[in-house]
Amino acid sequence: MGKTTAQKIFAAHLIDTPTEGVSVLSLDRVFCHEITTPIAINDLVSRGKDRVFDASKIKAVIDHVTPAKDSKTAEQGKTLRDWARRHNIKDFFDVGANGVCHAIFPEKGFVRPGYTVIMGDSHTCTHGAFGAFAAGVGTTDLEVGILKGVCTMRSPDTIRIRVTGELREGVYAKDLILGIIGQLSVNGATDKVIEFAGPVVEKMGMDARMTLCNMAIEAGATCGICYPDMTTVEYLWDFIKDEFPSKEAALADYSKWLPDADAEYWKDIEFNASELEPMVTFNYKPDQVKPVREMEGTPVHQIYIGSCTNGRIEDLRIAASILKGKKISPDVRAIVSPATPKIFAQALDEGIIKIFMDAGFCVTNPTCGACLGMSNGVLAKGESCASTTNRNFNGRMGKGGMVHLMSPATAAATAIDGHITNSPLFKG
Amino acid sequence: MKNFSGKVLFLDRSDINTDEIIPAKYLTELTKEALKPYCLEDLNLAGFDPKKDVEGKSVIITRANFGCGSSREHAPWVLECNGINLVIAVNFARIFRQNMFNCGLMAIQLADADIDDMFKEFAGSETSCSTDMEKFTFTLSNGTKEKVYPFTIGPFDLELVKAGGWVDYADSKY
Repeated sequence: MGKTTAQKIFAAHLIDTPTEGVSVLSLDRVFCHEITTPIAINDLVSRGKDRVFDASKIKAVIDHVTPAKDSKTAEQGKTLRDWARRHNIKDFFDVGANGVCHAIFPEKGFVRPGYTVIMGDSHTCTHGAFGAFAAGVGTTDLEVGILKGVCTMRSPDTIRIRVTGELREGVYAKDLILGIIGQLSVNGATDKVIEFAGPVVEKMGMDARMTLCNMAIEAGATCGICYPDMTTVEYLWDFIKDEFPSKEAALADYSKWLPDADAEYWKDIEFNASELEPMVTFNYKPDQVKPVREMEGTPVHQIYIGSCTNGRIEDLRIAASILKGKKISPDVRAIVSPATPKIFAQALDEGIIKIFMDAGFCVTNPTCGACLGMSNGVLAKGESCASTTNRNFNGRMGKGGMVHLMSPATAAATAIDGHITNSPLFKG
Repeated sequence: MKNFSGKVLFLDRSDINTDEIIPAKYLTELTKEALKPYCLEDLNLAGFDPKKDVEGKSVIITRANFGCGSSREHAPWVLECNGINLVIAVNFARIFRQNMFNCGLMAIQLADADIDDMFKEFAGSETSCSTDMEKFTFTLSNGTKEKVYPFTIGPFDLELVKAGGWVDYADSKY
């Protein structure tokens, strides 16, 4: 019987099967940030096991609250910083060089097809966009990953979603994944891997594929996976050119991670993208989605463009194309957070930051920021935010607040109108 | 092994997420104990009062997909800090479930019909759950009636529960 991509990666990394259906895998990458790692570090210290399995495979960043906002977050940053120095973890990104983990780590070329990746962050599924198996884990799994370079996972049963047709103009990866989650439900892919396949995904750039995989967890999935292809190779080429004689050779090698033709899927779904229109969430679950058209006119108080879902350069370009020469409504406030310093610099060079500022946006440093209400951009009770992030849970962006998830295009148009509306790029 | 018996907190809703169990603003705490007062603070459930309803409870019985969302192990920790070592549900989000067993706590799945029966027979009354780790049964009682519900637990999960967690197990083995 053939194997899915995740099954192939599991087979290549399997070091133990303690009981049937449970796999202990070796890890290629352990990613760390300052919120979930310090308690793991402190526990290792208290157990007398303050060691790391391989400093070159561990990457760390301060991203959730940065620069530190108070003594507690300063302490979290310090714990991570001291630990990275103590263990000679060279890829540690501190204030000034830091960005949102799921944007900066791919940008640095740390993720490759066929890799196993864990992080104490549920949106680690983002990295599956490179044809890797990447899963969010808790602090204890992270701790063991740091110490031993292993992690347990249950059998990677896979749902294949073949996205057919063509996205209409003004409809993006964010709308697609919201549409898919709406269909699957927040429990529809629990304990499963999702392979995103089909012509629509093949046409997407890496930024869009990361948006797609980023929200796989919102359907409960362990990981979202896109197949490695020439788009993947082009994105990684600067980092892998010494490993392969040519791009074609890299592609040929990475193709070993493609699923077999006779791979067995737990579920095989076709999603026709041609009928999709821009989507937005209502209420408090990411599967509560509607076409923007049906939410037209809903007032919002804040607009937020950023995060590991939609804070990449492609996202900022789309939003800026709508905002150019326009002002945001006097009824709203708007925040943009480029996800990494590289994206910030690119946006500066391209005049995008100026467009945001002229429109009336507050431009913040790269950070997870408002997405989870830990630092800036917190909502007051009764307020709502049009947001390009990934979660609309009750209280997510501040107690008593409401989050409407949407694409950067819809968020930009909403900023101008002051209420939820379709972007002019979508012609209906 | 930890204690898995005691008074039951019924939460009659599916898809209770980790942000509701412990809001992100408390993730800046550096110790597990500091989380204690904030358990289920943002739970969106009519009639539920986190200030009154959590205290004294040891077991949660709830619907589907409990613990969805964030990877934060703070969710199992805040339950444990409040004496809740066992959650019984139709199913769990993967990360939450693994976090529970990694901490030596239990996240046990029962059939939809069993959960329905528990709610029908016991929700709304002061109910205790007695967990037998040899026969693998939950016995619910409320003074007027008593019912036994068998459960299963994977051998590896049971090993983690007995060992009290995953760190020492992995360090000795790999």
